[in-house]
Amino acid sequence: MNNQISFTVNGTKHTIDPVAGETLSTLLRERLRLTGTKIGCEEAECGACTVLVDGEPMMSCVYPAERSDGKTIVTIEGLAQRVHEEMKLHPLQEAFIEQGAVQCGFCIPGQIMTAYALLKRNPNPDSADIRFALKDTLCRCAGYPSIENSIIAAAEALRTGEAVQKPTHIPDSIHNHKTVGHSHLRPEAVEKVTGEAIYTDDLKFDGMLYAKARRAMIPHGFLTKLDVSKAKALPGVVAVLTAEDIPGEHNHGLVIYDWPVMVGIGERIRYVGDALAIVAAETQDIAEQASALIEAEFNLQPVITNPVQAREEGVQQIHEKGNLLKHIKVRKGDMDAGFAKADLVFEHTFHTPTTDHAFIEPECSIGVPLPDGRMEVYVGSQIPYQDKTQVARALGWDESRVRIVGQLMGGGFGGKEDIMGQIHVALLANVTQRPVKLLFDRHESLLVHPKRHATQIRVKMGAMKNGRLVAVDTELYGDTGAYASLGEKVMTRATTHAAGPYDVENVRADCYAMYTNNPPAGAFRGFGVTQSAFAVESMMDMLAEKLNIERVELRRMNALHVGSITNTGQELKESVGLLECINRVDAEMRKHNPYPFTPIVDSANSNLIRAWGFASAYKNTGLGGGAPDKSGADVELYEDGTFQVRSSAAELGQGLVTVMRLIVSEEMAVAPEKVRVLVMDTDLTPNGGPTTASRQTFVTGNASRYAAKTLRDEITASMAEKYDVRPEQIRFADGIVHVNGHSMTYAEIYKEMKAAGKNPLVRYMYEAPKTKPLGEGGDMHFAFSFGVQAAEVEVNKLTGEVRVLKVISANDVGMAVNPLGLQGQIEGGVMMGLGNCLTEEFIVENGNVVTDHLARYRVPGIMLTPEITSIVVEHPIEAGPYGAKGVGEVCSIPTTPAITNAIYNAVGVRIDKTPVDQELIANELWERENKN
Amino acid sequence: MNLWQAYKRPASVTEAIQALTTASGTVMPIAGGTDLLLDLKQGRHAPVHTLIDLTFVPEMSLLELRGDELYIGAAVPVNRVALDPLTGTHAQALVEACNLIAGPQVRNTATLGGNVAHALPAADGTIALTALEAQAEVASPTGTRRVPFTSLFLGPGKSALNKNEEIIVGFYLPLTTYHQASCFKRIMRPQGVALPILNCAVWLERDGDIVKDIHIAVGPGSSIPFRATEAESTLCGQSVNSDALNRTMESLLGQAHFRTSARRASADYRRHIIGGLFSDTFETAWSRAFK
Repeated sequence: MNNQISFTVNGTKHTIDPVAGETLSTLLRERLRLTGTKIGCEEAECGACTVLVDGEPMMSCVYPAERSDGKTIVTIEGLAQRVHEEMKLHPLQEAFIEQGAVQCGFCIPGQIMTAYALLKRNPNPDSADIRFALKDTLCRCAGYPSIENSIIAAAEALRTGEAVQKPTHIPDSIHNHKTVGHSHLRPEAVEKVTGEAIYTDDLKFDGMLYAKARRAMIPHGFLTKLDVSKAKALPGVVAVLTAEDIPGEHNHGLVIYDWPVMVGIGERIRYVGDALAIVAAETQDIAEQASALIEAEFNLQPVITNPVQAREEGVQQIHEKGNLLKHIKVRKGDMDAGFAKADLVFEHTFHTPTTDHAFIEPECSIGVPLPDGRMEVYVGSQIPYQDKTQVARALGWDESRVRIVGQLMGGGFGGKEDIMGQIHVALLANVTQRPVKLLFDRHESLLVHPKRHATQIRVKMGAMKNGRLVAVDTELYGDTGAYASLGEKVMTRATTHAAGPYDVENVRADCYAMYTNNPPAGAFRGFGVTQSAFAVESMMDMLAEKLNIERVELRRMNALHVGSITNTGQELKESVGLLECINRVDAEMRKHNPYPFTPIVDSANSNLIRAWGFASAYKNTGLGGGAPDKSGADVELYEDGTFQVRSSAAELGQGLVTVMRLIVSEEMAVAPEKVRVLVMDTDLTPNGGPTTASRQTFVTGNASRYAAKTLRDEITASMAEKYDVRPEQIRFADGIVHVNGHSMTYAEIYKEMKAAGKNPLVRYMYEAPKTKPLGEGGDMHFAFSFGVQAAEVEVNKLTGEVRVLKVISANDVGMAVNPLGLQGQIEGGVMMGLGNCLTEEFIVENGNVVTDHLARYRVPGIMLTPEITSIVVEHPIEAGPYGAKGVGEVCSIPTTPAITNAIYNAVGVRIDKTPVDQELIANELWERENKN
Repeated sequence: MNLWQAYKRPASVTEAIQALTTASGTVMPIAGGTDLLLDLKQGRHAPVHTLIDLTFVPEMSLLELRGDELYIGAAVPVNRVALDPLTGTHAQALVEACNLIAGPQVRNTATLGGNVAHALPAADGTIALTALEAQAEVASPTGTRRVPFTSLFLGPGKSALNKNEEIIVGFYLPLTTYHQASCFKRIMRPQGVALPILNCAVWLERDGDIVKDIHIAVGPGSSIPFRATEAESTLCGQSVNSDALNRTMESLLGQAHFRTSARRASADYRRHIIGGLFSDTFETAWSRAFK
C-alpha cells in the first residue's frame, strides 16, 4: 500500500518516493521545481496554489502528495505550448495580459488555472458562472473586473478561433503623446502568466539554509531568561542567534530606530511579534522544530491595548520617551470666531479598526554571503536603499558591503516598507557563511508586519445656513502599536487631511499618535487619510441632512479649487480637478437614478432597500513636509540599439516599470519594446527613494524622463558636432535619428558615440519641488490628487446585510501615463476600500492577535465585486511628467464613506465604526420598528 | 513539522478498517482533509502518526441509486454531490448546501463524511442531511451497520464514532417523490470566519395546499444537529397561511437554543432573523413541490 507514487505533471510521468508530510504544492515547488504554483496562505483560503488534478481545480497546499498517485496534474507551466522555438500562450494567458488583469502577478497562476478548469467545463460562461468558479481565488490588487473580462475574452477566442479581444472601454489620455497616454502592456506580464516569473521564495541557492524566528508571543513584559541549548543541540541546526550576537546596531526603524532586531535578556518586549532568537537549519522543518525548542521566561507587564488608554496618566510608558510618539497639530484661522459665527455646530466620534495589507505573497528574504566579504539580500521590498542601510548598520558594516537585490513583489500596499527578515537572514548568513532563506508563513506575516492604524476620530463641524463650512475641529487618536515605523508620518497625513478636500477658513486638528502593545502600525495605501476621510465625509452627509442641502451641492460649494488655501496654509495654484470629479460622478450617478439618495424598495422583495452614497477625498503625492523628495534614474543606450532605464524604485504590481518604459520610449522616440527596465538593485540602480505616498510616477517618472532627455541632448550635441549642423536640425522619430537628411539607427548612434569617446549613459537625480514642514505654512506638498466616488448599496432591512451594487470612481490624476495600468489601480482601489468598509478587521485582544490566519481575516473576493465605472480626470500639474501625479492611494479613500453614506440613505442607520456590522443595522431598524 | 509520518492508501473498506486498527501510533482517517490538515498544521489537533486516505476506496466514492434510496459515499467530494443529477432530483437542499461550502477548489476535496466525522452540528451539509433524514453506514471490525445520521453527533466536535476502529462509509437518503421537495438557505456575515450565522433546511411533502409532512433543520440551534420537531408538528396537516407560519415560528423559537457566538452573531440577532430565513426556505421548498 505504501510504496512509490506515480503521476503525470504537464504530460511528463514521474515516479518518486513519498516524503512524510509532503503536500502537493511542496512536491511541485521544491522537488520538481515548478515554482509557478504559488503559496499565499497554506490554509486553503487564497487559491494561489490552485492546480488541476484529473481536470478539477484543487488547492495544492492541502493536498497530500501521496494522494497524487495515479493522477494527472496540470500546473500553470503546462498551459503554453512550445511551437517550434516560440512559446504560444494559451488564450487565457493572452487575455489576462491584454485586458490588464495582471498586476503584481502572484495570484495569477491560481486565477488562470481556476479559469482554465471552468472553460473546460463551460466554454461560454457568463459573469455569474465566472464569479461562482473564482469565488475563493483571491486577488489583492483586486483586478476582479479585468479578470472577469479576460475570461470572457478568452472563452470567445477559444470558441471562435479568432484573436483575443482587447479592452474597448479604456480611453486614451486627453493629454496623450506618441507613446505615453495610450494603453500599453506590462513588460513582465508574459512571465507572470506562464509561471516563469520569479519571486523571492522561488529562488534556491546551493547549500541554502532555512531560518525561523522565535517570536515572543506575549504582548508586554521583560525577557528574564532565554535558553537556546536544546535548539542548538538538534541535529541539522547550524546556527542559533540571540540579541548578543548582533555585531552592530540592535534596533531598526524607518524613521526612529526603536524596533529591536531581537530582544535581549532584561529588555522589554512590546508586542507578540518581537523576535527573541533566530535559527538557521538544513531544512525548514528542522528550523521550525528548533525554534519551538527555545525556552523563554518573562516578567509580564500590564498590556496597553489602545491609544486612549496609552495617553492616560499613570499607565506604564513602553518607550523611553513615553507612550506619545507625536502630538500633531494643524492650526488655521480662529476657531472661537469660526464656531461663534456658525449657524450650526455639531460633533460626532468615529472609530476605525486595525487592518492588514494581506498581500498574497508573504514576506521572504534570502541572505547570500559572497566570497569577497560582501552580503547580498534578495527581497521584495518597497525601499531597497533603506534595507541596505539598515542591514549594514545591524552587521556593523560599511554600507558598500551590502547589496539588496530586489525581487518581483506579490503586492505591497505599504506593508513591505519596514524590515522584516532582511536583517535576520544577513546575520545568519554572515555567521554560517551559507545562503539563508527566511520565509514567513501567513500566520507570522499577520502577526509581525505593521498594519493600518486603528483610530478614534472626533470631528466638530461649524457651518453657515447656506452650507459653507466655517470651522472644523478634529481630535484624533492613532494606535501606532509597539514601534514607530512610519506612524508619525501616517498620522500627520490623517491630521492634515482631517477636514476633507474643502476650503475652510478655520481649522484645528490635534492628533495623538500613541504607542501601545499591539502590532506596529505603519504605511498602508491611503496613509491615514482613509481613516479621517471616513469621519469627515460622514460628517458632510450629516451636515447636509441637518441643513437640508443636497449632498453633492454641499460638497461642490465647499470644494477646494485653484486659489484655495489648504488647512496647512498652502495655496493651490494648479491641478485641482476636484470639482470636475464631483460633477462627473454626479452626472454618471444620475444617469442610473435621478433621485439617487432616496431609498428604493425592491419590487420583488420588500426587505431590500437600495440607495446611493457620495464621498470626496484628496491625497498628497510625494513625501512632503519638508523632506527632500528625490529619485535617480539611469538611461543607457546599448550596442544593439536598445535602451535600459534603471532606478531602485519598487515595482510591487502597481505598474511603475511600465511607466518608466513608456516615458523613455516617448523621449527617445523608440518603440516601448526597445526599452528594458531594471529596478530595485542597489548595486546596479540609483536610489529611487521609498515607494510610498503615490510618488513614483511623479519622481522616478521625472527622473527617467530627464535622464532620457539629457541622453537625447547629448546625442544631439554629438551628432551636431560631427555633422556640423545646428542642433535644431536633428530630429528623433520612430527609432531613427535624422541628421540633416541622414538617417541613423540607434545602433549606429551607439557606434558613433563610442567612436567619439562618449559613453551613451546618463544618470539623472531628480528632486521634486521643495516643500515646507507642517506648521510653517506654504507648500507642504508639491501635488495633490483628488478622488470622488458614488456607491449604490442594497441593504436587507431584516438581516442588515449590505451589498454594494455599483461604484463610480472619478480620479484627477493629472495625466494618465498608461490608461490600462491606471484602470487596474482604480478598480483595485475600490475593492480595497470596499474591504476596508465591509469585511476587514484585524482583531487584537489584550495584545494577542485573534485574526492570526487568513481564514479569520476576510479580504474581498470576486463575489463582492460591484460594477465599477472609472472616470479619469486630468488636470495636469506643471512639474509632473507630462502633467501626471499620483493615483495609487486616492482611488481607494472615498469608497468607505461612499458606502456608509449610501447605507444611511437607504435605511437611515449612521455607521460610525468600521467595518459595517450588519447586526447593528438590523438591531437599529428593529428597535425603531418596535418603537413605532 | 511533518504533518504525518505514514500515509496509507487502502483500496477497500476492509483494508481501511484493518489499517485503522493495526497502525502504530496515533491514526486518523482522512477524506478531503481540508479541515484535518489545517487543524494539524495550526496545532488545533494533536499530532497524528498515520493518515489513512479513504479516497482510494471505490465504495466510498460512489454516488448512485440503491433500490429506493440514494447512496452517497462518505468520500465523494461535495462538488460532485452538488453537480450530480441524482442529488439534483432527490436532495435539492443538499445540492444548495454543498454549493455554498467554501469555494470550488475546496469543494473538490471536502467531503460530507469528513464534515460529519468532525461532528460540526451546524455545518451546511449537516443541516441539509438532517432535514433529509439521512442514514449513515458505519463500518467497524465486526461489520457494517446503519444508524440515523444525527445519532453520530454527541456534541460540538464530539462524534459518536469510535475513531480507533470505525469509519463512515456513506449516507443513504430516501428518494424524493413528486409531491416532495427540499431547500437550503443560510445567512452569512462578511467578516471573520466563514461560518454561517444561521442556516436552515426544509424538506416537505404537500398535498394540495396542506403540509402533509415537513422536516425543519436549523443551525446552530443546539449542540447537535437541530430538528425543529415542535415547529414541524405545528405545521403538519395545516394549510399554508401566514397565521400557520407565525405559529410554526413561535414553536421553533420556543424549542431552539440560539446562543451568542463571539464576533459572529448574538443570540438575539439569530432569533430576530430566523423568521425571515425560515419563511424564505419554506416558500422555496413549497413552490418546488407539486400540488
